[in-house]
Formats: sequence, C-alpha cells, structure tokens
Amino acid sequence: MLTAFVTLIGVAIVIFCLLRIVPGDPVAMMISPSATPADIAALRARYGLDLGLFQQFVIWFKAVTAGDFGASISLRRDVVELIGERLPATLELAFAALVFGVLAGGTIAVITTLLRRTPLEAVFEFLNGLFLAVPDFVWALALVLVLGVAFPVLPLSGRLDPASAPAFVTPFYLLESLVRLDFATFSDLVAHMVMPVLALGLPLAAIVARILKESLLEAMGQDYVLLARLKGMSPLRLVLQEALRNAVGPTLTLTGVQFTFMIGGTVIIERIFAYPGLGNMAIDAVINRDLPLIQGIVLIFGALFILINIATDALAVLLDPRQAHG
Amino acid sequence: MTDITRRRALGLGAGSLLAAILVGNVRLAGADSSTLTIAFNSNLPSFDGTVGPSAVNPTIQAIYRAVFDQYIGQAPDLSFKPGLLTAWGWNEDKTRVFMEVRSGVTWHDGTPLTPEDVVWSLERAGKPETGNPVSGVWASIGNFTVNGQRIEGEVKSFDPTIFKWMAYLTGYVMPKAYYEKVGAEGFEKKPIGTGPYKVDAYEGNAFLRLKANPDYWGEKPAFETVIFKFVTDATSRVAEIESGSSDVTLEIPFEEFDRLKGKSGLKGVSTPISDIGMIFITNRDVMLDKNVRLAAHHAIDKDGIIKKLLRGYGQAIDTLEAPQYIAYDPSIKVGYDPKKAAALLAASGFSKDKPARFTIQTTRGLKPKDYEMIQAIVGMWRKVGIEAEIEVYEIAKHYELRAGHKLAPAAFYNWGNAIGDPATSTGFSMFSKSPHSAWKSDDLDAKIGPLWTEKDEARRIAGWKAVDAYIAQEGYVIPLLQYVQPIVFKAGLSVTPNVSSALEPGLVSKAKV
Repeated sequence: MLTAFVTLIGVAIVIFCLLRIVPGDPVAMMISPSATPADIAALRARYGLDLGLFQQFVIWFKAVTAGDFGASISLRRDVVELIGERLPATLELAFAALVFGVLAGGTIAVITTLLRRTPLEAVFEFLNGLFLAVPDFVWALALVLVLGVAFPVLPLSGRLDPASAPAFVTPFYLLESLVRLDFATFSDLVAHMVMPVLALGLPLAAIVARILKESLLEAMGQDYVLLARLKGMSPLRLVLQEALRNAVGPTLTLTGVQFTFMIGGTVIIERIFAYPGLGNMAIDAVINRDLPLIQGIVLIFGALFILINIATDALAVLLDPRQAHG
Repeated sequence: MTDITRRRALGLGAGSLLAAILVGNVRLAGADSSTLTIAFNSNLPSFDGTVGPSAVNPTIQAIYRAVFDQYIGQAPDLSFKPGLLTAWGWNEDKTRVFMEVRSGVTWHDGTPLTPEDVVWSLERAGKPETGNPVSGVWASIGNFTVNGQRIEGEVKSFDPTIFKWMAYLTGYVMPKAYYEKVGAEGFEKKPIGTGPYKVDAYEGNAFLRLKANPDYWGEKPAFETVIFKFVTDATSRVAEIESGSSDVTLEIPFEEFDRLKGKSGLKGVSTPISDIGMIFITNRDVMLDKNVRLAAHHAIDKDGIIKKLLRGYGQAIDTLEAPQYIAYDPSIKVGYDPKKAAALLAASGFSKDKPARFTIQTTRGLKPKDYEMIQAIVGMWRKVGIEAEIEVYEIAKHYELRAGHKLAPAAFYNWGNAIGDPATSTGFSMFSKSPHSAWKSDDLDAKIGPLWTEKDEARRIAGWKAVDAYIAQEGYVIPLLQYVQPIVFKAGLSVTPNVSSALEPGLVSKAKV
C-alpha cells in the first residue's frame, strides 16, 4: 500500500513538472488582442501561474490530498466532478474490452491447442498474428469503414443514440439501464460499444491467445495430464479440466499488464468513436493546455493502473495460493 | 415440444441481443425529417459563450448562435442585421452610444428579456475578472442608463468596432436574473438563452440535443430537434455522412468532399470563409532585410499551391483582407515572380549557392495541408536562394511563442475575422502592442496607431487600406490564401454557406421539392 502511495506521489510530481516544462502556455491561448502586459499578468495570477514552480506544486498537492483537484480552465467546472462523469464510460468500455479479449483469446487458445499439428492450426495462428500485429486505432478505422460505412449495421459515434438518449441518474449507463430494465437503452449502449470494444479487445485477445496456448501446451505435457489422457478423458475435457487451471497463471499476470495498456489505448479509440470517456476529454485538455484537468486525469489513470496491478496480484494468489508464500 | 437446454437458452439470449442491437440501428440510420443531425468538428466545452477559451473559438459560435442571440445579428455574407438590438449607434461626436432592445423576446424559461439583461451582459463582459477574453473591447463603453427599451451609455474609449463585436466573439446577451440565481456551474448544467433552439440534452465530447423554441422572435426553426454530434476526427465525420448517420458535416478533406458530393443522395457546397492562411514574419535575423522578406513573398506560387494541394479550394490573397472584408483592396498585388525574388536576394548578396537561411514553423494537420503547403513553399524558396528549415509545432506552442515575441523568423498560422473589419485582421496581427503580432516596428505602429480611434469611417477604412499597401510594400507578412469550407449534406436538405464559417442550424432547411 505504501508503495502504491509513493508511486502516486511520483506520478503527481512527474506530471506536474512535465506540464510546466513542455511548450504551450494556457494563458497565451486566452490573451485578448488588446491585452496589455498588466492584463496578461492578471490572467496569469488568476490561474496561479505567476507563482514559482515549487509553490504551485505545494498548493496543488495540498488541495489534491484534500480531494480538491481544482477547476478546469477550458470546461470551467470542478475537475473531480468532470472525472466522476467521464471515468465510468471509460471503465465500462475497458472492462467490456477486457472481457471480450479474455474470452476470445481464451477460446482461440483452447481451439488452437486442440487443433495442434493440423492445417487449421496454421489458419488460426495466422489470424492471431494479424490481430496482434494491427494496432487498436487501425482496427478502429477498419471497423468504421466496414461496419459503419460499407455495411452500416452499427452506430459510428457516441455512447448512445442522441435522438433518444434518456436522462441517467448515475454515470454508469450500462449498469443503470439494466437495473431499470430499460433494454432498449441497454441494447443501444451495447451497439455503440461493439466497435470500440472490438478495436481495443482484438489485440488483447491475440496476446491472451498466444500466452495461454504456450502455457496450455506446457501443461498438456505434464504427468497428471498424461494420466488423465490414459484414463480416456476427451481432449476437450483434458484442456478445460486439467490443463487450463494450471496454465492460467502467467496469462492472468500478463492480462493485468495488458489491461493497463488497453486503458491507455482508450484515449485514441474514444476520440475516433467520439466516445465521451476520460480519454476523449484528456485529448481536449491537452489541446487546450488545461493544466488542472490534465493533472487530474493523469493522476486518476495512475491510480487505476496501481489498482489493476493490486487486483491482478490478488487474483493470482487466489488462483494459486502458493504465490502468497513467494 | 422442444426442450430448452441451458446452452440453447444462452444462444437464444445472445441472438436476441444481437437482433435488438441491429434493429436499434435501423432506427438510427433512418432519422426522421423533423430531426437534423450535424456531425460537428468540435466539442462544446462550455455553454457560456462570453467567458473562457471556448468563447473565442470561431467554430463553436454555430452552437452558441443556435441557443443564444447576439446583440446584433449577422447574415451569411457577414453583413449586420438587427438581433436583440433593433437599432444602435453613436451620437454625433461619438461620445455616447445608444441601443434599442427588441420587445416581446422571452428567455427559454419563459421570462421576458429586459434592457437590464443587455446592460448586465455588457457590464459583465467588460470585467476582466469574469474571464471574458476580450473584456478590453467591452470595457470601452459603460455607465449605462435605461429608458424603456432604450439604453444609452458613455464611450469611455472610442472603439470603432464596438458594434461589430456585438455580432462577434463573446457578443451574446445572457440572462441576468437566471444566471445570478443558478450561478456559473448551474448555468453550465442548465443553460437558457433567447435563441431559436433550447438545450434539451448534453453529453460532453458526445452530443448536444436541441429542441425548437416555439416562442422564438425570429424565423421559426426548420427542425423540431437538432443534434450536434461532436465528431472531432475527420475520417469519422466522413463515415458519419456516408453511412447516413448524420445529415450534415463539414471540414472534411477536399478529396473526400469531391468524392462525397458526387455520390447519390448527397450534395456538397463550398464557400470562401473568413479564415486565412498566412506566414507571420518576425523582425529578427535575416528577416530584418527587406529584400529577403519581399523575395520570400514573390517566390511563392499561391495559385499553384491551391490548385495542386487544395484541389482548387482556396483563394490567393496578398493582404490580410479577404475579398468579403470591408477594407479589401484588389489593387494591392504582390505577385508570383521568382525572377524578381532571385534578383532581390542577389541585391542582398544571397543566391542558390549562398542562400538566406532561416527557420519556418508550422502546424501539421491543424489546417488542411498546412505542413504540405509549407513543404511546397520551402521548395519554391530553395529555387530562388532561400534555405528554410521546417519546425513543426503544436498550436499551443505557437500562441506561447507569439505572446513572448519568440516565433521563428517565419511561422505559418491561420487568422479568422468573422466581422471582416481591418482592425481585427491587419490591426490585431500587425500592431506591435497586440500580443498577437509578430512583426513589431515603429514605422508600422505610426501608421496603425491613429486608426484605432478614427471616428470618420470612410477615413478609417481608407487608412487601413493604406496600411495594407504599406505592409505589402515592406513585406512585413506573407498572406497566402483564404480558406474554403466544405459542407456535405443529404440531398433532401438545403444549406446556405456562411462566410463566417459558423454552420448554424438556422442555415439548414428542408429542400423545396
């Protein structure tokens, strides 16, 4: 826990300093053509940018520890409130992509293990290589062209149909629509998620498939699996009941790492699909040099990565208690 | 009778979900004619069009103008027309202003618009602490008195463009009583205006849904619902219009514009807008040599660039005034003349073997073919004896460098001027006291200075034309082209292009059969 806290402080220091070193002054983007040097100085003071770097950091960090991330310069709203509105959209998208990636990757791994040394194995390997080689944003553009334009069966942008979007009480739309038994809205939300989820999930599926297959093949050579085979167990049951449990460990760890990368990937994917998540807002914040908002988003992303790593470790121990003892 | 197994039930469930999703989409693609969906090229950061950085974003004015009214209206050809003010002007010696406020206008919450709303909006805009980026402009008038629907005020410092600003950036009338009741945050959550459309639903970075205001004082809205989808990626906007998910889109690559407008069911319209591409010249290094500056200008084949890189969508310009601007003077010509450019350079001791060297900064992808244009220009310069090194930067860096007078000797930029006044184009970009200028010299200031407060309009415009001629003669800036805005829309619609570039819903209607 202490390590996590120290990491977060490190993230805070790095992002704060980095934002003040990189070119792009938010005040320069707001200067009136008739502004005098005194007007510019007043504007700088208004956002606290007239203070020294250390002083700025101390003020900001003290406020952050009290839960106050400041106000966004461009959106003119409380940063915590803004993140609270957008983070759930990103989380829903990322978790859906994770579920898809793990299920699809796991299925491919099992199938290719079963099809080992058959011509079909090569076909699956080729497809898997393709999924692995093509980055998420290229998948996004390809999906837009195929499922959005050539065969327009899926919506191209947004989180739900603007014409019929209802008012939500919480920012967790997917969950809320289910709780309210509003299946029309639920299906609309899912439809809007399909393409971004595929774009994010396909590369993850490929990685999961490759690592899990390696682990499965290794497990399939173990004595207990050979014994089960001699007892007449079918190949499918051998893989699912005997090999999978022991093979899943390395895949889980890797999936945790890949999940953090995938959350980073939501930034560009949300932009392409005009998905109103944290990533899309982050790009606008960077364009506008909205320092309080960028700092808040990066800190939240940092906290998320740490939480995911903790959850991955905990899950690994749960699946294999030996890991708790090193 | 068929047995329902767990596997079968799961399969049926998944199939039903997929079917529901696809059916849902059929509805989406077949939008009804009372709804207009615009795939818009910008997000809407804030509903308050008078404060913060978004207030000076020209693109977003299309949305603000749908929800709010400006003091003074503006037609698509940049001419001015009555807005919430039905009459306005100065007294004879221009020491006082008067404004007549329109009667019978109501806010979206049903309360009446009052002259007090107008006064409060003007006074608020003039206070720098409210965050109005052009508060200095609004502070030039004050001490207002209200008599019936008539407002009179004192001219604190004469600004000949003050009434033009009333149709320009941050020139919106805000609801005094409502704003004071709900505060800034409350206003962002539930904004009201007097415009033709009311805010119905909003999701940042996703969409804005507007509903027609049945009590609107002006022309009745053509659509019951207007949806702005915030699709900032140009490829995605192309997909939106091509798939039929949106009815109108804008600012797409010209290659796509030419392709889409030829497709069945789609139409396209393009118009020159109040946005120009230019190269700022900073008074430093080799640019202190007039021959180099003029040579750099004469060496550029603007028409060739427009034809080859922008597929003809653009208008070459030689001053910072576009043809639609009030101080445009077609007689000011610089002209493409590479031989003259080489001769000018030779006079200063430069040649292809001993070139004049400097850095040119440019954005990449901010404007259509910006980087490619600069590459082409650098190639043209090389042929006459200029060796320029390209430095790509983000627009935020440009602002920072420009404000600190630290731009490279040459820097590409685009300059918008939706009111077409020379003060807001040549003035703000060339007067040394303006934080947005790059060339700073006393000779130019001496010519520009008196024009800021010139009360005789004819003399003022003639003065600005003379300044433009002087700038061209001295080579203090390189104007390149006036941009053209491409708009693609469904064949059942009619779109009136707006020279100000704001694609307002009011300019879209159902096409007459």
